[in-house]
Amino acid sequence: MTTLRIVIVDDHAMFRTGVRAEIDGPVDVVAEAEDVDSAVAAITAAKPDVVLLDVHMPGGGGLEVIRRLHVRHPETKFLALSVSDAAEDVIGIIRAGARGYVTKNISGPELLDAIDRVAAGDAVFSPRLAGFVLDAFAGTIEIAQVDEDLDRLTEREREVMRLIARGYAYKEVAKELFISIKTVETHVSSVLRKLQLSSRHELTRWANDRRLI
Amino acid sequence: MTPTPASTYRRAYRPADHRLVGGVATGVAEHFNVPVLWVRLAFIIGTWFQGIGVIAYLLLWRLLPLQRPQLSPGLESATRRGLRTGSRTGPAEIAQTIALAAVGIGVLLLIQSTGRGINDNVLGPLLVGVVGIAVVWRQYDDAAWGRWMRETRGFGFASRIAAGAGLVAVAGIYFVTKEGGWGAAVNLASALVVAILGLGLILGPWIFRLVGDLAQERRERVRSQERADVAAHLHDSVLQTLALLQKNAGDAAAVATLARRQERELRAWLYGNDEQPGDSLVAALRAAAAEVEDVHHVPVEVIAVGDAALDPDVTALARASREAMINAAKHAQVDRIDVYAESDGRTAEVFVRDRGVGFDLEAIADDRMGVRGSIVDRVERHGGTATIRSSPGAGTEVAMTMPIRRGESASPATTPPTPAPSTSIEGATS
Repeated sequence: MTTLRIVIVDDHAMFRTGVRAEIDGPVDVVAEAEDVDSAVAAITAAKPDVVLLDVHMPGGGGLEVIRRLHVRHPETKFLALSVSDAAEDVIGIIRAGARGYVTKNISGPELLDAIDRVAAGDAVFSPRLAGFVLDAFAGTIEIAQVDEDLDRLTEREREVMRLIARGYAYKEVAKELFISIKTVETHVSSVLRKLQLSSRHELTRWANDRRLI
Repeated sequence: MTPTPASTYRRAYRPADHRLVGGVATGVAEHFNVPVLWVRLAFIIGTWFQGIGVIAYLLLWRLLPLQRPQLSPGLESATRRGLRTGSRTGPAEIAQTIALAAVGIGVLLLIQSTGRGINDNVLGPLLVGVVGIAVVWRQYDDAAWGRWMRETRGFGFASRIAAGAGLVAVAGIYFVTKEGGWGAAVNLASALVVAILGLGLILGPWIFRLVGDLAQERRERVRSQERADVAAHLHDSVLQTLALLQKNAGDAAAVATLARRQERELRAWLYGNDEQPGDSLVAALRAAAAEVEDVHHVPVEVIAVGDAALDPDVTALARASREAMINAAKHAQVDRIDVYAESDGRTAEVFVRDRGVGFDLEAIADDRMGVRGSIVDRVERHGGTATIRSSPGAGTEVAMTMPIRRGESASPATTPPTPAPSTSIEGATS
């Protein structure tokens, strides 16, 4: 397996240095960038597998970076990092196309694991993100109701989200629900897709209330 | 975040950050909770009947106050420094509205051609006037017009005086040349309007300044109060913590706890809504988590979806949750406790989970008063259920469910009892 190529985008040099020290080796940090313009240039030049993307930074934030790159470089995966924990911006960046969200106080090994998972095309949901997602989709499903509407979370997806919000790792979710880890990953990816595509009224309203769209 | 004053009715407003032209349609749609498309359609259909739609739109534009989004201080500052991308009207919505307008104008022209529409003599001036007023008000909204109107020297001043004087002169000439006959009355009225417009342009700045100065003064006062609040906050929290950190520099555990507490406070202040422990279930859980973190030095992560008002039952649930957190912090030997709360208006659920040493339920269920009395019995006395899952080495999870009594105290998940429009999740400690 080839080493994953990473670009770190964050406006705080100290944080970039810290992350680089923690993850360089197992993965290959090929470039760093400190604002939207330099990030777009660096990512276009380096073509990394995964971009660690700060939510807030000069030039419009991580959202702007994804907006500018996602169409031209759909193969680049984004993992959002932030200290802010503001639902508005976290859901906003996920809807724009990031494949996961972790907080900046995440440990080195956990971050590496998240990078691996994002690179493999899976989604990385922290308990907090799962909570935001459940909130965004809250009330859209009646108990035991089978729904064809693609935008809604299925009962199973909701269950998976709730377990993640309760602090369960994917492995523990799989054990709890008697399904394979792969199935858990499928559910999470499908939630991510719905979050990105959904135009359902409730989600639109939720987003509207928070000025996301 | 300033709490919205308690009022018995909701005020409509035009959202400043989410509008195509004046924000009227969006504002009305949000007020009546209908899709904005319907509102735009209503305005366009209304225009077919003697232009009522356009007139209503312009009136609302003038009458509805502009509202800037209220963000938490952290987001506000990030927005101001350009660190985040705010909302943006999507190209799809713009295209849709242009298409709607095109269809609307088409139908309007069709109606005109049947001769039953608005009188041609009225339509032309009406259209010109409407476009003119729209342009002017749009600028006024963006404050450029306001600035131009406020200038009392320089080019802006000269050009305004010239425009004003020109209009007055035109009015005079108009009146003098057209005097006499039936039209005199109409002409007099027209001349007066033009003259008043001219005078308004000349006298405008002084009136504007008078009003503006009052508003400015008020804003300054609010701003200086806010500055004082920030200073007080930084002094009370950050400065004190930094002093404590220096004192305890040798004690790694104490430093970590202090840093964590400071982070939690700062985060709540920057991104949270000012909630008090007595406000709701989530607020109570967060307060309990903070207490456990401080006393037992174990980080507690609270995730909440929906919220519930604190009636006696829910209070019991919150207290039981606190006991569960304390138990986990004391006995589980972990470096993290996860708390998840979900309320949908019918039931409130709380899960407290750790990945610690766990224990054998059978072996200690009888003599461990803490677990039985303070968690299970307390919840069950109030009509809820509590289950504890634990086994040695596999961690512990306490799951509690409490039905929410319907009544005046019941609050559905969609409307948390806190006045702020944001959800309870924001500002969670992590």
